[in-house]
Amino acid sequence: MAIGIDLVPSVQLSRVAESEKHGENSPYFAGWKAYDEDPYHEVENPSGVIQMGLAENQVSFDLLEDYLEKHPEASIWGKGALGFREKALFQDYHGLLSFRKAMASFMEQIRGGRAKFDSERIVLTAGATAANELLTFILANPGDALLVPTPYYPGFDRDLRWRTGVRIVPIICNSSNNFQITPQVLEAAYENAESLNLRVRGVLITNPSNPLGATIQRQVLEEILDFVARKNIHLVSDEIYSGSAFSSSEFVSVAEVLESRPDRHHRYRDRVHIVYSLSKDLGLPGFRVGTIYSYNDKVVTTARRMSSFTLISSQTQHLLACMLSDTEFTSRYIETNRARLKKRYGIIVEGLEKAGIECLGGNAGLFCWMNLSPLLEELDREGELELWKTLVYELKLNISPGSSCHCSEPGWFRVCFANMSEHTLEVALARIQKYVEQRMNAVII
Amino acid sequence: MTRTRSYIDRNLDPDEDYRAAASSKTTSSGGGGGSGGAAMRVIVPLQGIVQGRGGLVLGSVIPCALFYFLRLYLKRHRSGPSKTPPPSPSSSSDQLTDVSTGVLQRSLSRAYLSPRGSAAPAHVSSRAASVLKDGDSPYFVGLKRFQEDPYDELANPNGIIQLGYAENKLCLDLVREWALANGRHAILGDELSISWLTTYKPFDGLMKLKLVVAEFMSQITEGSASFDPSQLVLTAGSSTAIEMLTFCLSDPGNAFLVPTPYYPGFDGDVKWRSGVEIIPVPCRSADNFSLSVNALDRAFYQAKKRGVRVRGIILSNPSNPVGTLLKRETLYDLLDFVSEKNIHLVCNEIFAGSSHGDEEFVSVAEAVKSEDCDRSRVHMVYGLSDDMCLTGFNIGVIYSSNNNVLAASKKLSRFTSISTLTQQLLISMLSDASFVQNFIRVNQKRLQKMYGEFVAGLKKLGIKCTKSTGGFCCWADMSGLIRSYNEKGEMELWGKLLNIGKINVTPGSCCQCIEPGWFRFCFSTLSEDDVPVVMERIRKVSESCKSLG
Repeated sequence: MAIGIDLVPSVQLSRVAESEKHGENSPYFAGWKAYDEDPYHEVENPSGVIQMGLAENQVSFDLLEDYLEKHPEASIWGKGALGFREKALFQDYHGLLSFRKAMASFMEQIRGGRAKFDSERIVLTAGATAANELLTFILANPGDALLVPTPYYPGFDRDLRWRTGVRIVPIICNSSNNFQITPQVLEAAYENAESLNLRVRGVLITNPSNPLGATIQRQVLEEILDFVARKNIHLVSDEIYSGSAFSSSEFVSVAEVLESRPDRHHRYRDRVHIVYSLSKDLGLPGFRVGTIYSYNDKVVTTARRMSSFTLISSQTQHLLACMLSDTEFTSRYIETNRARLKKRYGIIVEGLEKAGIECLGGNAGLFCWMNLSPLLEELDREGELELWKTLVYELKLNISPGSSCHCSEPGWFRVCFANMSEHTLEVALARIQKYVEQRMNAVII
Repeated sequence: MTRTRSYIDRNLDPDEDYRAAASSKTTSSGGGGGSGGAAMRVIVPLQGIVQGRGGLVLGSVIPCALFYFLRLYLKRHRSGPSKTPPPSPSSSSDQLTDVSTGVLQRSLSRAYLSPRGSAAPAHVSSRAASVLKDGDSPYFVGLKRFQEDPYDELANPNGIIQLGYAENKLCLDLVREWALANGRHAILGDELSISWLTTYKPFDGLMKLKLVVAEFMSQITEGSASFDPSQLVLTAGSSTAIEMLTFCLSDPGNAFLVPTPYYPGFDGDVKWRSGVEIIPVPCRSADNFSLSVNALDRAFYQAKKRGVRVRGIILSNPSNPVGTLLKRETLYDLLDFVSEKNIHLVCNEIFAGSSHGDEEFVSVAEAVKSEDCDRSRVHMVYGLSDDMCLTGFNIGVIYSSNNNVLAASKKLSRFTSISTLTQQLLISMLSDASFVQNFIRVNQKRLQKMYGEFVAGLKKLGIKCTKSTGGFCCWADMSGLIRSYNEKGEMELWGKLLNIGKINVTPGSCCQCIEPGWFRFCFSTLSEDDVPVVMERIRKVSESCKSLG
């Protein structure tokens, strides 16, 4: 029998469609698949995989529920007459003015009033994922590069590179100084990019950092600003965890640094852009709300038009405008949320200490960065992946390996603690403690 | 040479960056054909245009010719010198790289790039620059003017009336009524809790919503086509659906054939960020602007001669701006054509539910059923914004039988997802069968009435429209009022209509219409009372044009 030949040429797709740059074949996502196939449930599936790879904030749902119960009109339409001008505007990419104002005020509240935000500079996107991609499209051409400090959020490989054709060159940080960014590593990254013949267009930092769970210090922010000014490039500061710093005073936004240096403000302004979202701080990832805040007029104009590809529904904007304008609610929420995250962090760090596991000192975010290198058979990437497989498939804990965050040192793992109940967290910690005990006993024997 | 390789080879291992970083600093010219350095930078990107094939010979002979041809053809401005140039690309190869990596208009003026004092301005990409330039088009200027001075019967009777935005407000009252009565329960109903609404969900939309949307789409086509919910990807608006398909179906430098006149938004949706070209395929008033497969064939052949790879056809049915429906036979001819040329067909059917005449609307989904054709090349874009008066909700749909396109679109949908809150409200609304049926019926009636009144009003002023049976617009021939029969004359009239008549309409040149003097009037944003006001204003302008001789 002849082998059948496909006579009809099958129609081709683009390279973007067929590329692997969506990154979904990496361990980061494989762990999620494991969870999807066998999700933990306290009652129905107590031996399932516990999801600790998803940075989602579920600790303050009750506050949101309470708000919506009390304010039903917020959730539907525009109660009360919207001025005809607002009606004219609100259906396009400018977004509802009241929502932008509420967003600006919320961002100010999070920063303890130490920075001001102009609602005219706020551009709305469907999530921070879209905001980061959009900024990349605007600031860089295909083949250009962005410098990103490692370890970084695995999604950046996709968000910053996939459709944009832009490259990421890592700013390699290491544990000797708690993975802080220094002028030396910045310079090294820039030189590396030059040696690869890549034109660097900007630096993208996450502050507070994902996966480190720590805020960037003021001094470091100033050094980064100096660096980008010297190299004539941009700075994108992804501050989506700013409201998840355990205490307001510990988080310094790049906006604050800019405002505190009015003499040099004009040198820096045009190159600074902030990304924010309600997914983490307010625990509303399902609402898909992100923003770009830029000090550069042209970037604002362009981003606004490009945001037509990633719009937030007006109804969602209206609800959030109501919610975020209620400053009594928001200040109570922010405070309570910070306290609960801090408590959770305390629980997990203590639990890990009991198992002899060290964490990086953290003060923000929905996760902690733990050092499992003593448990690696081989102190290299393969060893780390081996341990990761054990964690996911045997311990049934979906924890993200440092290699998917491009960490330069093997053995670090990111573990999320805010997307589960306290009880589930205890269960997870117990599994870890048991495993470590078993390993120690095995060694002794 | 890593730089050029990275342009054409998108399958880079994410870690390649680091291996390159970790290895020696000296770059060796590995891979690719031929000599090193600048030659590769010139040749390799342009190979991307020449169908990715063609060895070194084609790659060296054609690029030079193409460079000059493309320069002339696309009327590109040169980008100014950058402030801190990276190690030595020659300025000519820089231009060539620019030409090949993006076929967007580029206008980084020297004034913008020159340093102001000690602070050198930070660069924005060529994509951004093109967007900034596009902002001067009448389409955007008119919108802006409207936003600054919007008409309101009571509060601002001398404001600008919006006729340039294809949005349906005729049945907003029905939607609002429903929402007020049912909205709260829809969102905070019995089974749901906040934790369900607010947490991460599949980026391509809730399955429940896909089910009701599929059902709704089937209703719109009056049951002649059925839609499989698992072949739907939901997006935040239909603009982004078009853009996503562009990314899935084509590479930078490729092209789509688009019959003109076309929806002005296509330029942004298809070309802005993807680096893909639109090749307009003109339709003429003599044929009532109907699509001819011969014209498509000619355009395809001409593109091929130029070395531009056509990846597909994009069209709207019902057409925007003309408002006509594709005949069944034309659809079949189209399907044969794309099959024969091995390209894709993207059919934008966002006005499918808004046909208001007697003609039968035939969806491409229906045509594909009865034809023995390869469904993997046919993709439909839909949206709820227009048929359901839900512009602010931004619900777009991609419907495809091609599993690879679906898979890629699902992954891309993370950049453009719909809020769960909105999805939940919609599920409730679309599940309310009696509401939906009533809505569709009333909407079509109102559209028909409004269309009739508007066309009659224009006729009284001596302005003829093409006979249209779908969508929210009239396509009017105002060539009798323009002073010179060209784009300049058309733009003069547009300016008069905007500044003197205070109405914002869309000139045919924005829609790439090759015959000057045609204008698109969107009547679905008006109330019945507004129509005489509009007609009066047009009359004034028309008289002032005639009196000028």
